[in-house]
Amino acid sequence: MKDQPSLPKTFSRRFFIKSSSAFAALAVIPNSVKAFYNHIKEIFVPKKEILPLSLRINEKPYSLDVDSRSTLLDLLREILQLTGTKKGCDHGQCGACTVHVNGKRVLSCLTLAATLPETEVTTIEGLAKGDELHPMQEAFLEHDGFQCGYCTPGQIMSAVACVKEGRTTSVGEIKEFMSGNICRCGAYNGITNAIQSVAK
Amino acid sequence: MRPFQFHTPKTTEEAFEMATSKTAYLAGGTNQVDLMKKHIATPDSVINLKNVSTNTIKTTNDGIRLGAGSTNSEVANHPEILQKYPLLSKAILAGASPQIRNMATTGGNLLQRTRCPYFYDTALPCNKRNPGSGCGALKGNQRMSAIIGYSSKCVAVHPSDFCVALVALDAEVETTQSDGTSKTTTFEDFHRLPGENPEKDTNLPENALITSVFVPNNAFGNNIAYVKIRERDSYAFALISVAAALEIRNGTIKAARLASGGVAHKPWRWKNAENYLKNKSATRKNIEAAAKLASSEAEPLAHNSFKIGLLEGAIITALSQAADNTLETKW
Ligand SMILES: Cc1cc2nc3c(=O)[nH]c(=O)nc-3n(C[C@H](O)[C@H](O)[C@H](O)COP(=O)(O)OP(=O)(O)OC[C@H]3O[C@@H](n4cnc5c(N)ncnc54)[C@H](O)[C@@H]3O)c2cc1C
Ligand code: SF4
Ligand code: FES
Ligand code: FES
Repeated sequence: MKDQPSLPKTFSRRFFIKSSSAFAALAVIPNSVKAFYNHIKEIFVPKKEILPLSLRINEKPYSLDVDSRSTLLDLLREILQLTGTKKGCDHGQCGACTVHVNGKRVLSCLTLAATLPETEVTTIEGLAKGDELHPMQEAFLEHDGFQCGYCTPGQIMSAVACVKEGRTTSVGEIKEFMSGNICRCGAYNGITNAIQSVAK
Repeated sequence: MRPFQFHTPKTTEEAFEMATSKTAYLAGGTNQVDLMKKHIATPDSVINLKNVSTNTIKTTNDGIRLGAGSTNSEVANHPEILQKYPLLSKAILAGASPQIRNMATTGGNLLQRTRCPYFYDTALPCNKRNPGSGCGALKGNQRMSAIIGYSSKCVAVHPSDFCVALVALDAEVETTQSDGTSKTTTFEDFHRLPGENPEKDTNLPENALITSVFVPNNAFGNNIAYVKIRERDSYAFALISVAAALEIRNGTIKAARLASGGVAHKPWRWKNAENYLKNKSATRKNIEAAAKLASSEAEPLAHNSFKIGLLEGAIITALSQAADNTLETKW
């Protein structure tokens, strides 16, 4: 998503919309209500914890502070603006959020960021080498491996791992080992063809 | 998610020191994180078992020991498992997805919660999630519900595939309690039936840790099969699953193991059918009789009698495949 030209460079449009609506909502709540709410919260809700986290994402080192509840998916999308990784279901049921941690495909929506110190994360943004697409990205273009493209980053991350795992000896095997990635548009044949072409 | 303190202890002792009555352990997180997102689990602190649970898979003289932290992928693809315990690999690969299996651990798989839709919907009554609130499934949608071993308090099933293979192979679970003592429990006694207390899935004491699962040597060779019937071909929980293992010598069944998922609150063994098959030949007729025997023990609820036919058919298929000794994999 391109930044609005009128906004300062450091704020994305996404951040601006979100934060401005939050400030607007705060302004209309009376102070007494806010104080009461905070008091109740102190009693019933444990304080949130912010933890330091250092890890590497797409070969770049990061040192961050993360909420103990933050998933890797939210860290990537909301904090680091790496929005290539998609949120489909947020419950492990679709595969749209698939990334690699230490070279293995996992679901970033079910991974707490706090479990990742000193790991190496690869997202769809980390596949291409400069302007040169990863062979799997090329193959998805070549074989029409998508329609709307929403599931595609997850499909491609999963496909790269599927080839590495050697689970591509037949169309049936590819389909079984890609079953963790749902495509709402039903681009499955294109996806399978793309993977076969890379596996050869 | 509700806020929680996050700890990553280095040792079991440290983990026990940190644990309180409002602690949740975290392994692969594939179930625990989901439950926290849905406010079904609301711990004050989460203890990451990463440095506590080992992922070692080790052969011993009498079997193989799977560290609680071994991932489902590591177990399913382990050369020794593929060679001597192929049933474990088959069952694991029939479950979840490659991404989830890369995260999910042996310990976590045993302790995953039911997939009963009422348990997952915090707006509906459920004795397992909220003791005393009633059982939504008892008079509701029972497609995913039990057909044996249930109570009027809960009719949910245990969702695991891996555990069905483990119970069939007479596995044992090693646990350590917070006072430091260790205990070995047979797999059959690890999970429990709902009875009056469906909020308890297992007999594991509070805050105790699973340290490993042991699978004894067996003489089933390739005479094994895992059959799973579900709403779609892959990436779905079982309506019915069947693990079968046969020890066949000179055409005679010397020992049989038959277990099912999707039927009860715990992985279920069909002991009468196993005994029936002993010392018989693996003919279609005997296999059908064993399947009939097992499925006639089930007592379906008002809305899931379709599972009886599914079960009988799945047992026939599993036993036939096991007798064939082909180990064929159809992807
Ligand atoms: C979309 C989806 C589909 C799935 N499909 C299937 C399927 O078809 N078949 C199947 O069998 N499974 C399936 N699963 C379930 C998956 O296999 C389990 O969620 C997984 O095995 C749990 O392991 P984990 O390491 O992620 O556990 P976690 O989620 O980390 O923990 C689960 C529970 O175990 C406890 N725990 C974990 N380790 C220990 C230990 N060592 N000692 C004490 N307590 C411990 C935790 O406190 C928690 O209560 C599916 C999951 C998802 C999300
Ligand atoms: S069957 Fe068990 S888990 Fe499902 S609603 Fe009833 S009590 Fe809850
Ligand atoms: S968003 Fe993670 S699996 Fe759907
Ligand atoms: S391309 Fe649209 S969801 Fe897959």
